[in-house]
Amino acid sequence: MNLRELIELEQKTGQPFHEVILLTQMMEDGSDPIDLRKKMKVFLETMLDIAEKNFAKSQKTLMGLCGENASVFAQHLPQMMGEFNHMTTIVALSIAEANASMGKIVACPTAGACGVVPAMVYALRKLKGVLEESLVDGLIVAGAVGACIAEHASISGAVAGCQAEIGTATAMASSLAVYCLSKNSDKVSHAAALSLKSLMGLVCDPVGGFVEIPCVKRNAVAVNIAIATAEMALAGIQSVIPFDEVVQAMAKVGKSLPEELRETGLGGVASTKTATSLLEKIRGELM
Amino acid sequence: MNLLQIVGPVMVGPSSSHTFGAMRISRFVYKMIGQTPEEVEFSLHGSFAKTFKGHGTDRALLAGIMGLRYDDERIKDSYFLAKQTGLRYSFRLVELSNVHPNTVRIKVQTQKTQHEVEGCSIGGGAIRITKIDDVDCDLSWNYDTLIIVNKDEPGALSKILSNIKANIANLYLRRINLLQAKALTIAELDSPLENLHELLGLSCVLEYYFVPKDDFL
Repeated sequence: MNLRELIELEQKTGQPFHEVILLTQMMEDGSDPIDLRKKMKVFLETMLDIAEKNFAKSQKTLMGLCGENASVFAQHLPQMMGEFNHMTTIVALSIAEANASMGKIVACPTAGACGVVPAMVYALRKLKGVLEESLVDGLIVAGAVGACIAEHASISGAVAGCQAEIGTATAMASSLAVYCLSKNSDKVSHAAALSLKSLMGLVCDPVGGFVEIPCVKRNAVAVNIAIATAEMALAGIQSVIPFDEVVQAMAKVGKSLPEELRETGLGGVASTKTATSLLEKIRGELM
Repeated sequence: MNLLQIVGPVMVGPSSSHTFGAMRISRFVYKMIGQTPEEVEFSLHGSFAKTFKGHGTDRALLAGIMGLRYDDERIKDSYFLAKQTGLRYSFRLVELSNVHPNTVRIKVQTQKTQHEVEGCSIGGGAIRITKIDDVDCDLSWNYDTLIIVNKDEPGALSKILSNIKANIANLYLRRINLLQAKALTIAELDSPLENLHELLGLSCVLEYYFVPKDDFL
């Protein structure tokens, strides 16, 4: 199944897009749509709960390579950013730091990229007053966008680089926002396509292989990209290249990435002088 | 299309493969023996050995063998919990041949028995159990799994199979000891099994372990 086919089904059946997605999964694997929606609701509530508990908390990461950024950013009075971006950035940092310190998170689509979607969800709830049921609809749509990427490309950094993890999370957060604010599946597909295009080719280069540098801050930047692409799609800006073709392109790029840039900790910022000396320092703690 | 492959699970970070996946393997062993063992030895290979504590793989493995849930925030304190409950544990970094980079071998000892299970975490939290007591297998734990130690004698398998009143998705067989005439039968079931206790009534069944599919969100 690809996103275009889902949108066509929506037009044919006249059912809401999120219902079409639940029914499609039912047709494919027999999942009960009511049960599936209930599970998605639990995930959504857990995301909100985790965002609340970790908001602006000062947390050191497991290996201590980074951390304590959420509290710093929360105390900072933004000079350029608006309230929405500021809040999402704090939440993304907070949750990514919780993840890096063995705290509870909702993988979405992966643990490494777990800060992006909840950050968007939290700010839509708090600042835009979007109701929880509508956010569940949005999460179902975001899940379908992620599922299309998983089916035709990958959501694993080890397979296709960070474009597959943070890229997918960004496309999902962007789609979620657009669906909650417009209920327009066509705009959702443009938001998702614009997101993936912006992060096309992003490599997975964690220092030492740990989900710390650059993963934590990348979550925070990604949610800002999601806001920009969602806002553009809401304005009616279209991606000239359709989402499903962007996904195919992303799969090809992923295949051409050398192993050093796919979660091995051997390339990108992981291979810098500073990274090497940082790892030298913590070698003792590792064993 | 599978939304649950994309959203969730609720877990403890930092890594789907090195934390959550590792914990699933040791929780499989916990469910298989039905208790926290007296003693456990974890042998970590490849990437599991390389990043080890950096992904909390050690704490996740310990938490799993004690039967903690995946979203339990005490996973972080699993060394402390292990000491509290008197579980004896050890970790070894090893090099195994021809296995997935994220592989762990778990050797457990209870008062009654000992077992060794090998498993790997293949990404996104998906796992494979690749060996149980030296019998090669390829279990995803997406099914209820039934492990039977039976007499290695003609007709044993057909008696067992006709007594399993559930649909079998996959089946693995292997003789484990010719002298003792023992064999191992592993079945992955995709419908519920209600007559489990009847298995022990069969003369060819020596012992069995039922590992129900894990429920996590």
